[in-house]
Amino acid sequence: MFDTLKSRIFQGNQFIKDIKNAPMRDQFRGFPILKEGVEVCDESVCPTGALKTNPLTIDMGKCTFCGACQKISPLQGRGCHEVTGEGSAVTFTNGYKLASTDRDKLIVTPQSNYEDYVKSAVEVKKEIVKMFGHSLKLRQVSAAGCNGCEMELNACSNVNFDMGRFGIDFVASPRHADGIVITGPISKHMAYALEDCYKSVPNPKLVILCGACAISGGVFQNSTELNREFLDKYPIDLYIPGCPVHPLTFINGVLSYISK
Amino acid sequence: MFIKTKNNTKINLSDIPVLKIGELREEIIKENKRPVAFFGKDWGNGRVRLFVVLDNAPELLVSSALFEADEKSYECITNAIPAFHIFEREFYEQFGIKPLNHPWLKPVRLNQDEYEFFEMKGEEVHQVAVGPIHAGVIEPGHFRFMCNGEAVYHLEIMLGYQHRGVEDLMIKSPSNQLAESICGDSVIAYNTAYSQVMEILKDIKVSDKAQLIRKACLEMERAAIHIGDLGAIAGDIAYLMGASVFGATRTLVINTMLEFCGSRFGRGMVTVGGVDYDISEEMISKALKTFEKVEKDVDRMTQTMLKNSTVMSRLEKTGTVSQERAQEAGLVGMAARACGVDLDSRFDFPDKWNEELDIHKKPFHASGDVNSRFKLRYKEIKQSFSIIRKVFEKLSQYKNEPLFVQGGENAKDAFVISIVEGWRGEIVHIAMTDAAGNISRYKIKDPSFNNWYGLALAVRNNGVSDFPLCNKSHNLSYCGNDL
Repeated sequence: MFDTLKSRIFQGNQFIKDIKNAPMRDQFRGFPILKEGVEVCDESVCPTGALKTNPLTIDMGKCTFCGACQKISPLQGRGCHEVTGEGSAVTFTNGYKLASTDRDKLIVTPQSNYEDYVKSAVEVKKEIVKMFGHSLKLRQVSAAGCNGCEMELNACSNVNFDMGRFGIDFVASPRHADGIVITGPISKHMAYALEDCYKSVPNPKLVILCGACAISGGVFQNSTELNREFLDKYPIDLYIPGCPVHPLTFINGVLSYISK
Repeated sequence: MFIKTKNNTKINLSDIPVLKIGELREEIIKENKRPVAFFGKDWGNGRVRLFVVLDNAPELLVSSALFEADEKSYECITNAIPAFHIFEREFYEQFGIKPLNHPWLKPVRLNQDEYEFFEMKGEEVHQVAVGPIHAGVIEPGHFRFMCNGEAVYHLEIMLGYQHRGVEDLMIKSPSNQLAESICGDSVIAYNTAYSQVMEILKDIKVSDKAQLIRKACLEMERAAIHIGDLGAIAGDIAYLMGASVFGATRTLVINTMLEFCGSRFGRGMVTVGGVDYDISEEMISKALKTFEKVEKDVDRMTQTMLKNSTVMSRLEKTGTVSQERAQEAGLVGMAARACGVDLDSRFDFPDKWNEELDIHKKPFHASGDVNSRFKLRYKEIKQSFSIIRKVFEKLSQYKNEPLFVQGGENAKDAFVISIVEGWRGEIVHIAMTDAAGNISRYKIKDPSFNNWYGLALAVRNNGVSDFPLCNKSHNLSYCGNDL
């Protein structure tokens, strides 16, 4: 028992106190800033077609934040000589508040900037805040997710991020849930189970798409083994980009939606 | 009739012997070696060519057989060497060529609805069905327990829910980003295997510096996942202290990875031709300090847990797989090592670094139960950190080497194998090119492909309530299996 207590004392407090303003390491690739009038790499360096060069845009719903397009070098954009700032058309900042209620807002243009995006991306609705503002229980469905987003969603509940303190939790049964969180591109084999799960959630309910695969199919968008009809049938409430989604992106996205 | 080759080596397709399936079968049974790969390729005009790769460490044996359009069956190999069971099931599913007398031709990924599960009959007998959607935030799969009261007689596992057609996508639009997303908890391992395959095809010599950075990241991935899994095992026995401490400790390792390459799981680090990010000296000294703390935390918590009798009563003799059974079923990687089957491709197919960095296999006293898998994870965490320290020390000698080397065209009519020891076990990537140098077949084998059956063996005669413990101590991949 004394060993256990000792371990507890050595650990101290691990949780991030101010999760809304938590610092993010500079190396993190988050919100992209686009710049017109400088050399831009070929669209083909983008593995998911998120980058369009005419006009210059990046669709964060497709983007895997791999950073291939921010490197311009003699080696066809696959080198390691990073040109950031002045010379590069694309710069990934460490801005991690990427969630949006509107699919179209995920498309970043040279006119976009992070501060405005954070202010306007999530549309807060009164009835949502009233219904889910104090407690939000979510059922996660991994529909062919690669376990990247799943691990990060698990991390949301660990001692560092401690999402439970805001009343947001993942629950085991859809009957106990207020909504579902979908990860993965939705394979044919998961289409039925996903819809079944959604139908089991009592009304009113939310649908949150988590990660590039769920939002657009991501790197799997050309696969013949997907069935994404679910997304056409039912309304989507929140899009959370990332590959995988960082816990801070997820928690802040949900918090701003339920206006905490 | 086998051609001998090595890991990360190219051979010409024309050098691979083509036998009749009957001959190949006899040769395989005569060799009596573990299968590394066993897969088909469409050979035109309704014909199918079957390739087989056997483990003859430090070498690999490769051979093949050609099925004419009217040959739709053959006598199975599984009855002679049980480890082939899953490979033959997959081959049947993908090409419709039936292994006759196969004891259990269950679907691997497709046609789940048509399969009739085993059923047990009797008064006290009942079934527990779970999934595809599980209670936690994890990937989908369907489990069916056949129980007598609390005791599990047998577990049937049905997978395939994660099937995304990865092997086809790797032909259509291969990229590092796709390779990273095949199995998102083994990003570095998968991406390294893919990159090595492409580098051999393109005849790229990766710089020593890039190789070392890859090695360090691979061991960081191993350490991070193992620490997380120690926490998950603690969580499953409701020892929350362990779950919290290991969880927080894992965060330190993956955040170090974030500092290296901008992603907590190492996405973007490895690329065909080398690596995309350098690790500076300040980063190294900061990382070393972090790892020192991590090791202390892991040591302290593990020792505390192992001294605790209530913890040990749950871990010991739970979910035991004997060495004979593990060998027979063809388990690989960590799951096999925990049963005393000494398979580790880092040492079985060594690269030059084992010698240069003085890295050696360490003996492990295996007992095949959850306790054994728990302790093995702890041991491998320690070993990974010791390798990382050696790599970081060596890295300073290669300051001026390039991180990235540009390659040429793909080799034509080539067959390339790359095996990487991920934290679960051997990840096998095989690529074949056609006469124009285009990739014509891409085969991936995840360690979980072998090991899922090991989980079914582990839960036999255990309580249903010990299933989470058996499951988490294995922590197998659904998406790596389903592809």
